[in-house]
Amino acid sequence: MTLPALLIAAIVLTSVSGLLALAVPRRPALGQALACAALCAGAVLGSVAAVGALLAPVPPALTLPWGAPGGALALRLDGLSAFFLIPVLVVPALGSVYGLAYFPQARLGRKAVRLQILFGLVTGAMALVVTSANGMLFLAAWEVMALGCFFLVITHHEEREAQRAGFVYLASAHAANLALFAMFALLARLAGSFDFAAMTGLRAAWGPATAVFVLALAGFGLKAGLLPLHFWLPGAHAAAPSHVSALMSGVVLKTGIYGLLRVTGFFEAPPASWGALLLAGGAVSAVMGVAFALAQHDVKRLLAYHSVENIGIIVMAAGLALLGRARGDAALVFLGFAAAVLHVVNHATFKALLFLGAGAVVHATGTRDMDLLGGLARAMPRTAALFLVGAAAISGLPPLNGFASEWLVYLASLRTVYDLGPVPHPHFAALGAPVLAFVGSLAAACFVKVHGTVFLGHGRSRHAAAAHEARPAMLVPMLVLAAACVVIGLFPAALLPALAGAAAQWSRVAPEALVGPAASAGASAVRVSVTAAALAAVVLGAWLLRRHLLRRGPLGPPPQVETWGCGYSRPTARMQYTGSSLADALVGSFRWAFFPHRRVLPPRGVFPRRALYRATVPDTALERGIVPALAWTARMAGRARSRLLGAVQVQALLLAGGLVALLLWLALGGGAPW
Amino acid sequence: MTRLAAAVLPFLAFLGLSPLLLGAVTRVKSLFAGRTGAPLLQPYHDLRRLLGKQPVYSRTTTWVFRAGPLVGLGAVVAAGLLMSFGGAPALLPFPGDFILFASLLGLSRFATALAALDTGSSFEGMGAAREVTFAAFAEPALFLCLVALVRATGSLSLSGMLREGLPELWRAQGPALLLAATALVVVALAENARIPVDDPTTHLELTMIHEVMVLDHSGPDLAVIHYAASLKLFLFGALVVRLALGFPFSSPWPSLGVFLGGMALFATALGAIESTMARLRLDRVPQLLVAASVLALFALVLLLR
Amino acid sequence: MTYWTGLVFVLVVVLDLLVLASSRLRGAIRTVAFQGAVLALLPLLLPAPAAGEHRVVHMVALAVGALVVKGFLIPGMMLWAMREAAIRREVEPIVGFVPSLVLGALGVAAAFTFSGALPLPAPELHPLLVPTSLSTVWTGLLLVVSRRKAVAQVLGFLLVENGVFVFGVLLSGFMPLMVEAGVLLDLLAATFVMGIVIFHINREFASLDTGRLTSLRD
Repeated sequence: MTLPALLIAAIVLTSVSGLLALAVPRRPALGQALACAALCAGAVLGSVAAVGALLAPVPPALTLPWGAPGGALALRLDGLSAFFLIPVLVVPALGSVYGLAYFPQARLGRKAVRLQILFGLVTGAMALVVTSANGMLFLAAWEVMALGCFFLVITHHEEREAQRAGFVYLASAHAANLALFAMFALLARLAGSFDFAAMTGLRAAWGPATAVFVLALAGFGLKAGLLPLHFWLPGAHAAAPSHVSALMSGVVLKTGIYGLLRVTGFFEAPPASWGALLLAGGAVSAVMGVAFALAQHDVKRLLAYHSVENIGIIVMAAGLALLGRARGDAALVFLGFAAAVLHVVNHATFKALLFLGAGAVVHATGTRDMDLLGGLARAMPRTAALFLVGAAAISGLPPLNGFASEWLVYLASLRTVYDLGPVPHPHFAALGAPVLAFVGSLAAACFVKVHGTVFLGHGRSRHAAAAHEARPAMLVPMLVLAAACVVIGLFPAALLPALAGAAAQWSRVAPEALVGPAASAGASAVRVSVTAAALAAVVLGAWLLRRHLLRRGPLGPPPQVETWGCGYSRPTARMQYTGSSLADALVGSFRWAFFPHRRVLPPRGVFPRRALYRATVPDTALERGIVPALAWTARMAGRARSRLLGAVQVQALLLAGGLVALLLWLALGGGAPW
Repeated sequence: MTRLAAAVLPFLAFLGLSPLLLGAVTRVKSLFAGRTGAPLLQPYHDLRRLLGKQPVYSRTTTWVFRAGPLVGLGAVVAAGLLMSFGGAPALLPFPGDFILFASLLGLSRFATALAALDTGSSFEGMGAAREVTFAAFAEPALFLCLVALVRATGSLSLSGMLREGLPELWRAQGPALLLAATALVVVALAENARIPVDDPTTHLELTMIHEVMVLDHSGPDLAVIHYAASLKLFLFGALVVRLALGFPFSSPWPSLGVFLGGMALFATALGAIESTMARLRLDRVPQLLVAASVLALFALVLLLR
Repeated sequence: MTYWTGLVFVLVVVLDLLVLASSRLRGAIRTVAFQGAVLALLPLLLPAPAAGEHRVVHMVALAVGALVVKGFLIPGMMLWAMREAAIRREVEPIVGFVPSLVLGALGVAAAFTFSGALPLPAPELHPLLVPTSLSTVWTGLLLVVSRRKAVAQVLGFLLVENGVFVFGVLLSGFMPLMVEAGVLLDLLAATFVMGIVIFHINREFASLDTGRLTSLRD
């Protein structure tokens, strides 16, 4: 089968896989399993197509006619699309396996069927988004994906939280779509057609190019969750079921990154200001994302803010790649692009792993509040161990995959001060390295807080006491993702040649110019793997020595006693450090950005009876920026709506007038782009 | 054969002489206090004694508690593979190795903090909270110093930065290197939990940062933790000493000799700082680390002109 | 010679940052005094634009005068004012210590990066001169804007004056020494007046928090 045929089969199979859930009405578990199997089969077909495309010398393409004006069923699987296609298909497949135990159709009935159908539809739409080579097809698939995600977010539509989160998500998705419509219209006008092939190598004047870039940043930034356009993220990812959150956080956000890379890749000579803007915006997003994450005690909101942080890191890397293109530095292009794409893949794996783990915890205990949990590692040891792998990976610790991609971002940002060659570099880009170090250490602090508060220590409430281990259907996807984290982290050099090829296709730099930087990065990456092996060897040796020493002792196995509590006679589990206490000092440094809702009843008297402390940190951009601004606009609009304008006839007249003006403009000046 | 020995000997010195560094610091502090103090080899006796003891474990802990010290040790030893001691090339140098160096130290801290939270003790939670907070401010300072060194020496590898050419660099860019070295010393004090950031000899849990994180470890686990702490101090000392005393020699043996002499001076200076300065209030420590970052940033700005 | 002058400029900027970071007003006053003393000796280190014995005598007189005024008289007055008002340390300022340090650092970085692009009337005596003066002025303005206690604001004013002095050394061929001496006298008088005002503010309000000044009526 040819690669395009495999791709189309994958898209079709995943899109309709959900309908199989309705196939066997009397045995819902079997129906769900069939739908899941179809989705996995589609994922396998698509991954084979992607790997084949990476190994093929020329990107496979396919074009079919389509009725829509300006549109064509054009698909193209170049290096960039292939690297995005693999997580886009694999993560939902694993999510649907997880859903077999987390969201069983046998128990939840129609809700689960709806979710299964939408799951497949969103997956197929995303696969179409990252492989389409025509603007209209892209927009159509994008709309389907956005609407599908909306329905997925409001799965638990009877909950107020889900309703509100869904509404905010829908509003932001529509705003993004508007921006993208305008952007593609402008691009089509500049290029003469909606096909990406015509848009590639675009040389545009400063005005239209800037307009395209701003619209792309607005539209794709809203989808990706770049600060301050991230305001819909925490609510939506917290309210959705956990495997939907894994899907959205892991791959749906990445379609925004894909769009940004694709559109900036069209232009032949992107100005350096674009790269600088992306670098600065990504850095702000990364720092503020992790700061907000530290302040949360709802585990899923916290993970959602970490997505904002990692999107910031990816956008920083993309900005560095654009800076390299502006300066003509092939090594910087390779490092920035490879870092961005590799971090996309890595983030999809460890974020999905973390959300699935969080879902297992929520499923077992019934609460998302970390400060009510604790000691779950004894009841759920496998979930705890897999979550730990994800936590170490997202903190950028060696020898896991988070370190591999962050290492490439460091190398890219340092290139601007280290290479003392003739090409002058923007030195401020080197500040990306300390900022990334700050972000990495804050992320490590946050995940010490999460893992320590949820899984370690003692249980803090009856929720924690009720915990039980996750079912195998929930553990297997987590195991696969954790294995991917470890393998990519141990052997980062294996992916670098493919990334170099994809970078050459994206930037239209000659592949020979990228071979050198790729080879030297590969050699360094091999040394990273050797150091990781040395680390493992030392740990193993120390463990063996410890075991020998403990066995040799004449006193028998080590005794087990209570933790030292300074001699306090009546300790309780509530006396442990909570997650909020752990993050308190760091959250205090970011006081200027947070507006917490606090409810405090301090202890009174010599023998206080009741005391209460409850604090939540809502999203500043939403609560202090968007909602008041929109409320003000609504008030102004209400005042402007006079009695005259309130009449239906007048409104219809205004609409007709606008339509006539548009037609006149098109007839006299504009002209259609197709 | 001598070439192989010259390459491996600094690493073996790192593994073997680190407790001696701690012993020297304690000795200097005792001399400042007017006492004779413990023998220089006391840390080795302590390690041997601890290895022979039977550990006691808390019922609350899981495998994370037992693995924490081991991962911490592995990370610091792996970091030693990347460091150049006394100008000799590291055992595994490559461009960008200082990033792996800093990340390995972060891994060791992550493992220790999780082991601390595993006990469910408020003391250890407090220690973990303080440790990760100060580390969050120390990491950018460390990176700014290293980026300044990258710019000054034009090399992306620790071995390249610390090889030769340092005296000319001091002549050409003295003020900037002095600022970077000062910031590096402050970061070294913070990362190794020495005064003015933390007092390693205090007995009050509420004032501890690093010591309280390892309160519940005992026996061989505690020995591993103390050894790893001394290794980490040796690593930072090696960086500062080589930066200050980077004289080029044609043969590796005088280089190693000067390096070990410099480490002795470093121990003396550390003991003097610890004996003469008081500990900072805890909320002043982020200010100190931000001041160190600002100095390193200024050094980088001077180097970029 | 250029090396040591460069070291002096770097020291001046480091002292600026130290003033931003310190919460102890006595230490800050002494730091500004030290900076003033160092800057007083600066014209003697730089190459003289026009030689002449008359010139050298004037320069030495100015240096000694600035040393006495900036290094001893003004700090003495401020420490006297502080003793009278019995204040110890700065309360948490409007912009916290860490953010003001970060802002100061950003200003210093910007000054060092972009000062090469500024059009200057006189040839450069030293490449670090203009950035140092801009950084010091920026730090002084930051202090005036972000601190609550009047003493800290006076320190900010002194830093601005130091920065302008450094810049003035660049133009010393254009700016006659008399003008510079006049500026110095002006500075002395202003600080004297501010000391008296501080004493009276403290007597009136029993506090030197400038936020209380808004409660003045007639």
